[in-house]
Formats: sequence, C-alpha cells, structure tokens
Amino acid sequence: MQNDVITVSHVFKEYLTAAGPFPVLKDVNLTISRGDYVAIMGPSGSGKSTFMNILGCLDKPTQGHYFLDGHAVDRMDADAVAQVRNKTIGFVFQGFNLLARASLQENVALPLVYAGIDKQERLARAQVLLEKVGLAKHIHSRPNQISGGQQQRVAIARALVNNPSLILADEPTGNLDSVTSEEIMALFAQLNAEGITIVLVTHETDIADHAKRQVRFLDGRIVQDVLTHNKTLSEVV
Amino acid sequence: MFSAMLGEAWHAMGANRLRTFLTMLGMVIGVSAVVLMMAIGQGAEASVKRSISAMGSNLFIVLSGPPNMGGARSATGNAVSLNVKDAEAITELDGIASVAPISTGKAQVVFGSNNWNTDVIGTTASYLDIRDWNLTAGYSFSDSDVRSATRVALIGDTVAQNIFGDDIDPVGKTIRLKQNPFVVLGVLAKKGQSLDGRDQDDTIIVPLTTAQRKLFGNQIPGSVRQIMVQAQSDNVMVLAEENINGLLNQRHRIRDGADSDFSVRNLTALANSAAETTRTMSLLLGAIASVSLLVGGIGIMNIMLVSVTERTREIGIRMAIGARQRDILMQFLLEAIGISIVGCLIGILIGVGGAYAVNAFTGTEIIIATHTVAIAFGVAASIGIFFGFYPARKAARLNPIEALRYQ
Ligand SMILES: Nc1ncnc2c1ncn2[C@@H]1O[C@H](COP(=O)(O)OP(=O)(O)O)[C@@H](O)[C@H]1O
Ligand SMILES: [Mg+2]
Repeated sequence: MQNDVITVSHVFKEYLTAAGPFPVLKDVNLTISRGDYVAIMGPSGSGKSTFMNILGCLDKPTQGHYFLDGHAVDRMDADAVAQVRNKTIGFVFQGFNLLARASLQENVALPLVYAGIDKQERLARAQVLLEKVGLAKHIHSRPNQISGGQQQRVAIARALVNNPSLILADEPTGNLDSVTSEEIMALFAQLNAEGITIVLVTHETDIADHAKRQVRFLDGRIVQDVLTHNKTLSEVV
Repeated sequence: MFSAMLGEAWHAMGANRLRTFLTMLGMVIGVSAVVLMMAIGQGAEASVKRSISAMGSNLFIVLSGPPNMGGARSATGNAVSLNVKDAEAITELDGIASVAPISTGKAQVVFGSNNWNTDVIGTTASYLDIRDWNLTAGYSFSDSDVRSATRVALIGDTVAQNIFGDDIDPVGKTIRLKQNPFVVLGVLAKKGQSLDGRDQDDTIIVPLTTAQRKLFGNQIPGSVRQIMVQAQSDNVMVLAEENINGLLNQRHRIRDGADSDFSVRNLTALANSAAETTRTMSLLLGAIASVSLLVGGIGIMNIMLVSVTERTREIGIRMAIGARQRDILMQFLLEAIGISIVGCLIGILIGVGGAYAVNAFTGTEIIIATHTVAIAFGVAASIGIFFGFYPARKAARLNPIEALRYQ
C-alpha cells in the first residue's frame, strides 16, 4: 500500500464565468500521508472548497495531477471515479446533505446501495455506525427530527459506512455551536486514532488545532504548511 | 441493488401521491380507452364475420325494380318484375350452382294460446342449401311440396322458443299462419344476426307456392320480388353476374341502353365491404385511443422533468456518495416505468370492466383478447421507457458539484 494517500501536483482550477475564465487555484502542490490529520484554513474565497471538491473527486482540476492512493484520478473514467467516491472517500459537508425523505438508518446505508450490498447487511452496518456516533436510539427518525450536531454525526456515520481510508470534511462545524463542534471534533480525533486519514476545512483556529497539520490557503495558493505541534511550541516560546 | 432501486422508485412514487396519481391518470385513461375500443371493435368484427359466414357463400340476389334509383327504386320495386320462370332460366346458366326464388311477408303465427309475429319466407327447397342452413330437428320440404303448395313450415329458433317453449317438440305440430293450419316439418338451426342487425332466427320458411296462394294473396301467380342465386365458386362470380344480367335483359325485352326492371347485387362483395368497414372503424377507434396513450406518456415525461429539477440536490448527494450515472438513470427510469405500468394495470382493469358494462347495458358484442391486453401493457411499458428516458438521462448527466449547490 502506498504511504501517500494524496498527492496533488501543480493543480490549477479556473471556473468559466460570463466574464471569462476565473482562476481559483493557482499551482497547488500538496502531499498527505496515510494516517495524517490535516486542517485547511484560509479566508473565504481563497479556494478551499474548490480544492476539497477536487480531493473528493467531485470536480476535476483544469491543469495538473491528483493521485489518490497512487492512482491518477484524472485518468479514471466516470464509473471508476464514482467507485472512488463510494469506497475510498467519505465526504462530510457543511450543510450535512442528508436525504430528508429517508430515515437516519437509510441515510447511513445509502452508499452501500451503490456498493451492491444486500439490504440486511446494509441496515446492520448502518446501525453499527449510528451506535458508534451515539445515535442508536434515533435510527428510525428523519433528519428534520434531530439537532444539527446530530445530523452532522449521521453524515459522518454515512461517510464511514463503506470503511473509507480518507475522510474529507468541508467546514463540518460551520453550522454548529461551539459545544457541539467540540463533540464532532472529538469524533474526528477518535477516527484519526483508528487510522483514518482526515482532511478538514475550517475557519476557526481552535478547531484547526485538533489536527496534526495545518495548511493555509490565500488567493488560490498554499502559503503556510506547519505541524500543529511545532506551531503551539513556537507560540509557547 | 436492483431491488433497492425498485424500492426507491416505489418510495418516490409514494412521496407525492397526488401528483403520481394525476400523472398515472393520463396512462389510465389511455390504456382503458385502448382496451375498451379494441374490445368493441373486435366484437363488431367478430359479429360481422359470423353474419357473413351464416349468410352463405358466393351469393347474388336479384331484385325486382330498376337498380340504383335511390328512393324512387322502392316505388318501382313494387311493380314485381321477376318470376319463377326467370329463376328456372337462371339455373340453366353457366357457373350457377343453385337458385331460389323468394317471396317474403309478415304473418301472425299461433300455437295454442301463444302468438308471435314473424317474417315468412316463401321459397323453394334449394334455399336452405344456398344459405347453408341446417335443421336441428325434423326435415325440410321438397320440390313436390312446392309444386302442390302443401301447408308445411320450417320454423326458426326464435319462433320455436316463443310459441313452443323448451318443453314441446315442434316437429309434427300444427301451427296457424293467417288462420291456415301448417304442419311444422322441421326446426332451423340458429343463425344469429344478419349484417343489418335483424334476428335471422325470427322466421318461418314455407313453400313458395303456399306462401303466395295462402298467405300473401292477390299477386300475379309465379311473380317474385327476389331471386337468390349461388355461383359455383368465387372465380365465376363476375361471369355469373354478366350472364344473369344478359339473360334477364333478354327475357324482359330490355333494349340496349334502356333501364332494366331488375337489379343484381353481389351479396358476398357487399358483405366483404361491410367487414372491411368494421375493420377500418375498429382500427380507427384503436388509433384515436392510442393518441390518449401518447398524451399520457407526454404527461409522464413532463412530471419526470419537474421531478428531476426538484430533486437536483438529492441527485448531487447520491453522486457524492458513489452513485454512477447509470444508477441515477435507472432510478428515474424505474420511476417512470413504475408509474406507467401501475397506470396501465389500472387502465386494463377499467377498460375490461367498461367493456363488460357496455356489453351488459347495450348488448353490444365485445371481445377481450389476451393479446390486445398484452399489447396495451407492452406499449405502456415502452411509453414509460421512451418518455422517462430523456428526464432520467438529464438527471444522470448532472454535474455533482452543480447539483449539490442547487437550492
Ligand atoms: N462554480 C463556480 N463558478 C464560478 N466561480 C466559482 C464557482 N465556485 C466557486 N467560485 C469562486 O471561486 C472562488 C473560491 O471559492 P471557494 O473554493 O468556494 O472558496 P472558499 O471555500 O475558500 O470560501 C470564489 O471567489 C468563488 O466565488
Ligand atoms: Mg468554502
């Protein structure tokens, strides 16, 4: 198994707008090794979400290469990319993105439908995951019957259900109060301790401090890349 | 995986019941219209076919009075221009199998205290052969009965039912026609409706001479209104018609170019064109009904497009967690097919029920053929696929990022 989960080399991304091409990422290079826990920071509009969508295989770079577990994502066909989204990556959104019509259990089990797993096992695995995130009592509730923090846990459970090696979270605590945010961060810390690589975007330094490594974006470029350990040390000194 | 998708489709159909129902309604109306129209159309075709085969084959009828004169014809038709000698002469022509002169009228028939008003046909023994008409009991009269004008009768099934009922065997009984006693020689087999919708079993057949002398009275002896002619085969029909025209013109001393005082009609051709007409009608009904099926299909497409737009975000979520394009395509396609198939099943039930109701209330013959129902089902499923495909493909081709951003 490759030791680097993510290798991004010379990635450019521009959006085509009415006013012409609009560059958002300008020569981004980043390597993330297995088991790492990275916080991506930076002001609004600096290209963090654009970068995360590329990492999550939801979007493709205009130029440059992205290797996931050593495989060039830009060379995969649509079905292979879908498979990567299904099995390798768990994506957690700021807005939770649960299906309102489905129960929590069905929501968590949904990725398994596309993995071709039969119903009994799907529901069993979803139940185990919901227990893990502390929602065992609510498996038959609908998303609108629980709090935001609980919804985000459901979303995390869904991201975990296919045993991904990588969790990507774009401002997962952006819609949550600070107490709930701490609970979610504790959950991420636990997952990272279990060996899952985590990349999360956040505005807040105290959230970022939960990560092992902090990467700062500014105007489509990476301008800082430090270990949290060193950063706190230098602050102490 | 497939069963999960079926479940999803079922779920989605249930999520907005009123809308699903209204979308289905288009299908329901289309399919029930097709099934009903086909049932009535095929029923009409079948009854025409039965009438034709009951009529006999390769038939002409020669009528008194000039041809093609519209309303005026029936007036001149009263001047009876044909007679038994004409019939005998026609028998001698090439290609003719059999000839029967006919004189018809109405009469009251009485047995005991039972009374019935029916059609009486006076003719010769060959009439039954020409019409391919069998007896279920007794036997027919002979040429000698015709020569000596004996008072014997063959009665149709409807007449037998009405004056004898089920318990009495009519053969050998004496009935009264216009006060004259007639002995029932035989009972005619059921023939059903004629092409013009008359009950052919509501009839009594007697020897021509007897009818003219005892029943219809004051006529020139030997004159007849109609002569029925059977040609030997389909191939000689044209020749036979020419020969009959030539012969009768000669016998009636009609000069070239002058109007004749009789007309020859090819009954077989008339029957075939009647069959053709019903077939066309039946096709037309089916075609009109199919249009509503098409409209139903367009309704499905319309709603599926709305549904795809409404669920853009859901599609984005599904893609983000690993749905392939074909999974999304399948999901929406199954939903469209589900709506059309359920609509179709309901439509078949209503169509079949409607057909039986039409039959019960109007007596119109209906035929519900399994293959029509199967075709309606197949067409409905295809419509679901056809009209569901475009919206489903639209959904499958969404860009996940844009779909997720959709509000
Ligand atoms: N689909 C798009 N089309 C055009 N411009 C976009 C699109 N998505 C993002 N942008 C622009 O790209 C820049 C970076 O956006 P984003 O990656 O969302 O930043 P961040 O997540 O760091 O706030 C912003 O200026 C934004 O307006
Ligand atoms: Mg963002």
